[in-house]
Amino acid sequence: MNFSRRYLTTPLAIALMAGSAGATAAQQLYGPNPDLPEPQRGLLPDMEVLEPAEWGDRQPTVPDGYSITAIATDLKIPRQTLVLPNGDILVAEGSGGNAPKLKPKDFIAGIIKAKGKSSVEGGDRLTLLRDANGDGTYEEQTVFADNLNAPYGLALIDNALYVANQDALVRFDYEEGQTRASGPPEVVTQLPAEINHHWTKAMTASPDGQYLYVGIGSNSNITERGMEAEVNRAEVWEINADTGAHRPYATGLRNPTALTFQPDTDTLWAVVNERDELGPDLVPDYLTSVQEGGFYGWPYSYWGQHVDPRVKPENPELVESAIAPDYSLGSHVAPLGIAFSTPQVGGEYAEGVFVGEHGSWNRKDPVGYKVSFVRFENGHPTGDPVDFVSGFLTDDGRALGRPVGVTVAPDGAVIIADDLTNAVWRVTRDDAGTPQDTAADDAPSAADNAPAPAADAATDDAARPESEPATPENDAGTPDTQPTASESQTTTET
Amino acid sequence: MTTTAEHTYRRRGLNPLHGVLLAGTFVLFLGATLSDYAYLSSYEIQWATFASWLIAGALVCNGLAFACGVIGLFGAFDRRRAFIHVALLLVSFVLGFINALMHAMDAWAMMPTGLILSIILTVLALVATWIGFSNTGVKVKKQ
Repeated sequence: MNFSRRYLTTPLAIALMAGSAGATAAQQLYGPNPDLPEPQRGLLPDMEVLEPAEWGDRQPTVPDGYSITAIATDLKIPRQTLVLPNGDILVAEGSGGNAPKLKPKDFIAGIIKAKGKSSVEGGDRLTLLRDANGDGTYEEQTVFADNLNAPYGLALIDNALYVANQDALVRFDYEEGQTRASGPPEVVTQLPAEINHHWTKAMTASPDGQYLYVGIGSNSNITERGMEAEVNRAEVWEINADTGAHRPYATGLRNPTALTFQPDTDTLWAVVNERDELGPDLVPDYLTSVQEGGFYGWPYSYWGQHVDPRVKPENPELVESAIAPDYSLGSHVAPLGIAFSTPQVGGEYAEGVFVGEHGSWNRKDPVGYKVSFVRFENGHPTGDPVDFVSGFLTDDGRALGRPVGVTVAPDGAVIIADDLTNAVWRVTRDDAGTPQDTAADDAPSAADNAPAPAADAATDDAARPESEPATPENDAGTPDTQPTASESQTTTET
Repeated sequence: MTTTAEHTYRRRGLNPLHGVLLAGTFVLFLGATLSDYAYLSSYEIQWATFASWLIAGALVCNGLAFACGVIGLFGAFDRRRAFIHVALLLVSFVLGFINALMHAMDAWAMMPTGLILSIILTVLALVATWIGFSNTGVKVKKQ
């Protein structure tokens, strides 16, 4: 029994104590070098699923000088949005995954997690929102396409609307102004869909419109469904938009839930949900530029070379090559949306990315449940994230909403899908309609509102989405022409 | 029709249900131990999943066997042994529950504690079963 005492008492004692340990005050949670505490896991994992609450006359909180309105309600689990060239907004609605329950724990965890989710059934459809007169009220709400399979990623290239279902990438023909798809979509390529533990197929299009990038999440938290289930998983695929031919573009990204290209560059960015059950402050979810051919650690390691002891057999060589991500968003915040800002958003939010944070369930003190803004300087993230939209939690610890996809419309409005409220929110700048003829001031200003938009894009019609300068070629009616280098022909957000 | 001797008949041996439950407890914990060992030596995750369910099954048998044991305390041949039997089943139930939680951890996180607990539980269940089956004497009223 010597053997057992030696091995038993220590892990057990640690395990029993671990549940109560919390974050220390001075911990660096964000940025390129977050503090990474020792992994810890109590006998019972921390599960703090927040029960939903009704908004009543409450509203999410936005910075001074900005307003928020729900432009669509009663949706069926809205996840991601896409702003079309004429200002219409497409909303992907649905809920996927068909992971079988594997262990006794899965039955119990499923019951607990269901408490924090909307009881509405996923719509498996695209809803189109239209504000015909530009008054900010999206009076038209129609079903653009239905009978899809948990659609998530959306991208428009010329006259082709691409939708990443949980099992396949499909293409609709799209004419500007269309409110209903002209027919069922055509399959571009199948996507890995076995089990679909992480089912969301995030998507964005390359600036030249040749390729689509699709995020394929892992099939487990940390290989507990076996390595066989992880073939073609935890990857970003590069898919030829015409032929459907694909290859892994980057690997080791546990659950890349939103992808986008940095404006004026060929750099792909992603937000990634990292692994659970290593403690409240591990492992940080992150925002990163995605390097072609890069390996980002999952499952063998996290944040570069930090080996995860739960994965056997080990793979030291692969760990050696693991890239540490660019920027920690904090552990368990569950980023599901990413969108680069534009000068039209204005204020101190002109340069950077918005991150939709669905919010934690695997942590005692809830984190996330907001839209964060990460400021960029010289093309790189800098400083701590700041709240852009918050107020999704009540004082008594219930959740009013859970942000998912974030899109910045050409007019500077920030569109947020919320899959608990089943609504789409739109954040606008109060003085966006006022013409500003002062010179551009890109530098972050201490004033929380009203610096002028950058000169190159300063237009006086920021509140009128239909006259949008950023997408000139979309009405050309040339569906199958070779994509040119013009980056403006691609309108895409995940 | 005249006088009959005063006999108290008592079944020899455990109540069959109690016996089945004890056997189940032991065999299922043993199965968990073997599955854990298979996972240890192969890294094949399915064995860990098997172990999880075997432990869940063992806990059901263990809990019911404990209930049988408590009921059996009233008519026990040797009350002290019966108490030990019941106490062992209680310990194995508590430890088995902890082991179930250990096995709920993802992948290798349960190792090596999960295997060690499974071994201890198998031994505990064997001893409890042994005592349970051997505590089956008959009370004979002497005239």
